[in-house]
Parts: sequence; C-alpha cells; structure tokens
Amino acid sequence: MATQRALAAAIAANRFGLGARPGELPVIEKDPEAWLHRQLAGRAPVLSGEGLKPSSETLERALELRADLAEARRDKKQGDEDAAKVKAALKLPALYRPVYIDEAYARFSHAISTDRPFLERLTQFWSNHFAVSIDKIVVLGVAGALEREAIRPHVTGNFSDLLLAVEQHPAMLLYLDNQASIGPHSRAASFLARRGNAQGARKLDINENLAREILELHTLGVDGGYSQADVTTFAKAITGWSIGGEANNRRFARLGIPNGDPGEFFFREVFHEPGAKKLLGRSYGQDGVKQGEAILEDLAQRRETARHVCSKLARHFIADDPPAAAVEHMTRAWLDSHGNLPKVYAAMLESPEAWVTPLAKFKTPADYIYSSYRALALPAQDKRRSLQAFEVLGQRNLQPGSPAGWPDTSADWDGSSALLKRIAWADAVAQRLGSERNARELAPQLLGATLSDDTAKAIGRAESASQALTLLLSAPEFMRR
Amino acid sequence: MSHSISRRRFLETTLFAGATSIVASRLAFANAPGDARFVFVLLRGALDGLSAVPPVGDPDYASLRGQIALAKSGEGAALPLDATFALHPSLKFCHASYAAKELAVLHAVASPYRERSHFDGQNVLESGGLRPHQTESGWLNRAISALQKGGQGQGGVALGANVPLAMRGPAEVASWSPTKISALDDETLARITDLYARDPLLSRRLAEALESDAIANEAQAAANAEPDADPAMTPENAVERDAREKRNFNARYSEAARAAAGFLKREDGPRVAMFDTSGWDTHANEGGAQGQLALRLRGLDLALSALKESLGPVWRNTVVLVATEFGRTAAINGTRGTDHGTGAAVFMLGGAVAGGRVVADWPGLSRGNLHEGRDLRPTLDLRAVMKGVLHDHLGIASATLDSQVFPGSTGITQTRDLIRS
Repeated sequence: MATQRALAAAIAANRFGLGARPGELPVIEKDPEAWLHRQLAGRAPVLSGEGLKPSSETLERALELRADLAEARRDKKQGDEDAAKVKAALKLPALYRPVYIDEAYARFSHAISTDRPFLERLTQFWSNHFAVSIDKIVVLGVAGALEREAIRPHVTGNFSDLLLAVEQHPAMLLYLDNQASIGPHSRAASFLARRGNAQGARKLDINENLAREILELHTLGVDGGYSQADVTTFAKAITGWSIGGEANNRRFARLGIPNGDPGEFFFREVFHEPGAKKLLGRSYGQDGVKQGEAILEDLAQRRETARHVCSKLARHFIADDPPAAAVEHMTRAWLDSHGNLPKVYAAMLESPEAWVTPLAKFKTPADYIYSSYRALALPAQDKRRSLQAFEVLGQRNLQPGSPAGWPDTSADWDGSSALLKRIAWADAVAQRLGSERNARELAPQLLGATLSDDTAKAIGRAESASQALTLLLSAPEFMRR
Repeated sequence: MSHSISRRRFLETTLFAGATSIVASRLAFANAPGDARFVFVLLRGALDGLSAVPPVGDPDYASLRGQIALAKSGEGAALPLDATFALHPSLKFCHASYAAKELAVLHAVASPYRERSHFDGQNVLESGGLRPHQTESGWLNRAISALQKGGQGQGGVALGANVPLAMRGPAEVASWSPTKISALDDETLARITDLYARDPLLSRRLAEALESDAIANEAQAAANAEPDADPAMTPENAVERDAREKRNFNARYSEAARAAAGFLKREDGPRVAMFDTSGWDTHANEGGAQGQLALRLRGLDLALSALKESLGPVWRNTVVLVATEFGRTAAINGTRGTDHGTGAAVFMLGGAVAGGRVVADWPGLSRGNLHEGRDLRPTLDLRAVMKGVLHDHLGIASATLDSQVFPGSTGITQTRDLIRS
C-alpha cells in the first residue's frame, strides 16, 4: 500500500511537473508541496541558447529587408532591375526560420533539463493562454521571444504586469494585427482626409482583432459580459499600440512625427483615436497610451477574468472538467491578492482535488515528449530532429493554429490515430536505445505509487529491453498525468 | 522479434476477439445497404463568403470591399454564376462543377450563433446546439448514431490525428492520419493491446487505430498496385516526409481528401467522413484575386477536385458540405482585411447534389440591410441545410433530426431539393 506522500510525490512530479526523472521521487517525497513551492522562489531562469536574440533585433532586420524590397521595387519601375536586391528582400522567411528553430530548441532543451519543472509548466501554460501561432509568418521570428521577454519574467509576479507585457509585445501586436490599427478620427486619418486622398486607395480604420481576443481569451472570457460595442471601443482605445520603425511611416518621420525605436513597442500617437472612452460601465478619460493601460489594469482585476483564468489553470492541472471548489478557492485568492499569481498557484495546490487519482489528464503531445526525454534521460538530439517529434505527434512548437492556443482536454488529444503515432514514436525511441535503459528498474522510479501491477507485469515479461521500454512509454499511467 | 503472425492476421485476431464490441459491431454491419456518402469539410477561422462567393451584382459590393473587391470582368475577374453572384477566381474546379450542376452555393447562411467568437461559433456549429457548450457531442456523430440504428452501421472517420467535436459522441468514430514512423512489431502491438485491456478508452482507441490503418494501407496498396508501397521507409525519412508535406497546406488538404475517399470507397467502409482546415481568419491583407485568401481557396479547390477524382464512380452518390463558423464584415477594415461577421457562404457539391444554382434569399449589402450595421444578414439557418442533406441524402427521419441531431430545432424546416432526385 503506497503511502499518501509517495502518491503525492508521483503526482507532484508528473501532474505539476514535466515528468519524473530517475532518482527524483524519493527527494520529492520528503515534502511534495514544498518541492513545488520552492521552484517558484527566486528569479525566473533566463533561457540561454545559441542564436537567441532580442525580438527588436530580429524585427529591425526584418524592417531593413522590407526597405530593401521597397527600394528594389522602385528601381524595377525605373527599368533598373536589381535582381539581387529583390532576392535579398524576399528573405524574410529565411531570416525568421533559423530564429524560430533556435527559440523552439532552447525551450525544448530547457523543458527536458530544468530543475524547476513546475515553473516551466506554468510558463508554458501562460504561453498557451497568450498564444501566438507561427502559421502567421510575421510572428515566426518573434513567437519564441514573446515567451522569453514578456512571459517568463512575470510568471511568479502579478497578472496585470504579465497582461500588459504581453499585449505590448511586438509579437502579439503583429499576430493580432494591432500595429496598423488606426483611429478613424486620428491625426493620421485627418491628415489623409485633408490631402483629399486622391487615389482613394486606403481608408484608415481600426482592426478589432486584438481587442476582441484580449476580452474573449486573455481576460474576461467569452461569457464575461462584454458587447460588440465594448470590443469596438476597446479597439479604439488601443489604436496606436504599435511597433517602432515601420518603414512605411518614413513619411511621418520626414514630417517630424516620431517613429520609435525599430522593433520595440511604440505608441504611435498619430494613429490613436482621440477622446474619452466608455467600456463596461467605466469611463476612461486618460490620454494616449495610458488609456489602454488603464483598461487592461481594470480587466486584470475583474471577477470574470479571475474566474476565467483560474478555470483554465484548474483544467490544465487538475481535470478536464475543473472542480468547482478548486476554481472558487483560486478565484478568491486572485481577488484577495489583486492577481498575485503565486497566491493563486498556492490556492490550487491547497485544493484536495489537485492530489487525487485516477490520473485525470491525458498528456498533450508536448507533455508526452518532455516526460519521455526526462524519464529516459535522453540527450537532446540535433535541433531539427528534436523538433520534428512535436510535429509528428501533432503539436508543433508555437503553432497552435489560433489565438485560443492548444486545446486542453483528453478528447482533443486522444484520437485513435494520435495514440498510434505516440506508440510508434515511443517504439522508435525504444529501438534506438535498446538495452541502454532498463525499463523494469525505471518504471517504479518514474511512476512511483501510480505504477499499476498490470504495467509492471507487462514490462517484466517483455521479450526484449526495447520492447519493455515501448511498453513503459505506452502504459496508461505514462500516457496520463 | 517475432514476425510469425502477419500484421493483417494480427488485426483479424485482435479485432474479432471482441477487444471492443463497438468496432466488431461496426464490421458486423459491413454489408448493410445504403450507397450514400457524405463528407463534411469545416473551414475554421471564418471564411470570407463575400470573397469566396462575391455578390458582384450587388450595387454596394464594390465600394464596401474597396481594394479587395473582385472584378466582374477583366484580369482576375470572378467566375460568373448568375446575375448577382460569382465565384472567386481560385475556385476553378468548383466553377466547372457548377456548370455540371454538381455544385450548389448557399449564401447568407448562419448557425444559431450570433456573437463573434471563433471558438464559440465553431462549438455551436459542431455541436449542433443553440448555444456554445450546450452539448458535449457533435451533430455529425449523432447523425451517424441514427444511421447505425437504422442498420447502416459503418460509422464515420475523421481525417486527422484527433476527432473534432462535430464527430465526437456516442457513435465511435475513428480518426486517421498517416502513421508510418515505425514498422511497429505485431508482437509489441499485441502486448500493448493486452496492457490496455482494463483501460476502456485506450483499448477502444487502439483497436480503432489498427482497423483504420489496415483499411488505409489496403487502399494505398490498391492505389499503388503493390502491397507494400515503401518498404525502405525508415523512421527518419518518413518523419521528414510528413513534415515536408505538412508545410504545404495545399498538399495537406488534398491528402486529407484522398484519404477520405480511400475510406468512403470501400463497400464495408464508413459512409461519413470529415476533415477540417484552418487559416481562414483574414483580418489583414486578405487579398483579392491574388493573395492570402486566394491561395487558401486554391488549396480547397484542389482538395475537392482530388476528392472527386479519388472517389471515382462513388462520387455519383456523394455529397460534400463545406461550411464555416460565420462570415466576415461586409466592409474592408483598416488593415485591408475583414473582421468577424455573421452571414456566410456554404458549398454543397457532389454527384448527388442538385446543383448549378445559388440558393439565397439575398438580403443585400446596403447599410440598412446589414446585420448590426456591419455584417451580411443571415437569411438561412445552416441547420436547415444540414437537415436537407441528412434527410434527403442519408435518409435520417425528420423527427430524429429535430430532436436528436439538432436538439430544439423543430422550428427549422429542412431546405428542400438540395439532392438530385
């Protein structure tokens, strides 16, 4: 009969962490909850890795490429085609792809080796809550930087700081199209109107994408009581939240209108829709960038936001159908602490539902890969090969495909084909290792008190070392957490 | 390692050993009647119906759409359907199907959902309910249940690694996507099957996967006229090939379509298939005759063409329904794209469709006629269209459709005459 603490240790390592490593469970068992809390103390680790650079640097280079392209087009019109220049300018994907690979590889290497796996799981939860997806090419080179620059520093801080950092990060502005959203009564719009806008080419107006997703996904939640009018008003309030150095605003620069630091968040005042705004029953008379910031600050404190985000946290960590008592306890911690995230995490860990079996969560492909690497102490392979596993199992790094992020319930991941792919991948890993690992010894070290007799027996009877490993990685209690 | 039992033999023994009664019962009904095939294609992200099926004859169309409006004539012109409507120039196969009376276009269509969240919109469309998260199962799954009760027990297949909500529910639906990353040993698979014996979900999933894999391999083998298409495929180069193919969404859509055909063509195969595509959320730089949306539509058009080609004679008995969660704003926005809207366009094509027409009670695009002053006003409930297909094509009783497939939809009368008589 397993002791309560032994069970809690396996749950701490596998449900709240990224999967136990051999030798870890006895250490965790001394005090599983304290082991989790310890990981939240101190500064968040700064990811290191070859090729990682600030997003502003990547974006500045992209702006240069775009300028080259514009120049090349002008030259072409004048009959002086410079093919090399055109080629250079078409290299945006060529610029972005290696950056993306370096970023994805750095987070992968970190996840399989970190001593603070609870912190890393929380980080990835937030990255998915504030999802950007690299199928939109403009974020390919900066999606990883969003996590490093805006999310990691705030995972153990306050939600309002996290929210603001994310919504002002160039990756989010680009992903949800806010950098070019322009108030219909802004200075830019009036300027164009005065010039008569002879070609009538382009009307200047808002793009409501970011405002809508902030309300629906990042804060209040879809049932959070906002209207279409609130979306439009909020979109107007954040007009001007943009990125410095955009080449096509050089005209403004010539007129002495500031253009910001290339690749950095920049409040482009001339795009901003002037005037006070009224949103969700409150008035915002602030000027400029402060207006949107004040709205975000209020959104972060609302009960709807607390409940929405706590439900997602509980769904991610505890069960597909999050237990109401746990959600309520977390929501109260949020409201009492004004969104102090460690208090919210602590409330989650205090909830008895967080520590029960049977294992309720079916691992996502990423979970599955991380926990396998940790379980088998697999060294990271070369970059492309390591990242391909995510693609093959259906969860390519930073590509959830929509701002809602990856889905988070069993039914989203337990399709028959998905399961077979997982088993096939496990088998390929096992074949490669052969007798370099001993599944019979590993099973209790990884699964601890959650290891079933059936699994132990099946592993014990395997006809080869690699088959035993395949069975271990395919076991129901390894597929879940 | 033992290769004494062949893969095929293994499948027979495990499947018929009653590992899962569901799969077994599906096979037991293998000879049930019913030639009708149905494919549901979901476009996630809200297809811009006013670009896919531009109302070029509407007096307000060109001004609302500005730079992304499609021309009536000249280079890159839309492909004409009737006095009002045309098709996006990327939809060449669809246009030919329209001429062959195998494509019906339905316009100004919407599910009961009237808000503008993609995710809730897709939830309502897929669940077939009135509100988001009203039910946990999908309308298509409940339709398959109804077919099975009527003796057509072949079930359905979702092309992709996982089963989308529309196909989740009481009827077991397999998912399928190519898994060739390892020549899994039959012995090992048998042991994993044993290991899952006390886990209802995993044992069912594994049995479904092996069955689908066997069907697909057979279809593949038939297509290649050799039983083992690529014996030299190693895990590494298969992984690379999968990755390469995934990068190209045109190829991906067509691959899903061909795989769907592989299942549907079989006498004892499923009658219903579904695949979904994403990337339709064109908020910025949507493009007109060329550009972002044009490329996606080209991919869709090619996939539909691949489906017809792969289905061969079965196309005659097939209906393909292509739908999206909602439409997009009537007017272009500040970033040369369109935002979330309401009324959408729906495609129905196949040999069984009474096509060659646009079905629309067109509300017009003048400002006063727009829904909330911004969106195409919906005049046709998507469930009416779905009911029309499920009743007239698959033979599901109206009472079942009203109460079970689309709960609470008694007031929504099916659209008539969508199916060739």
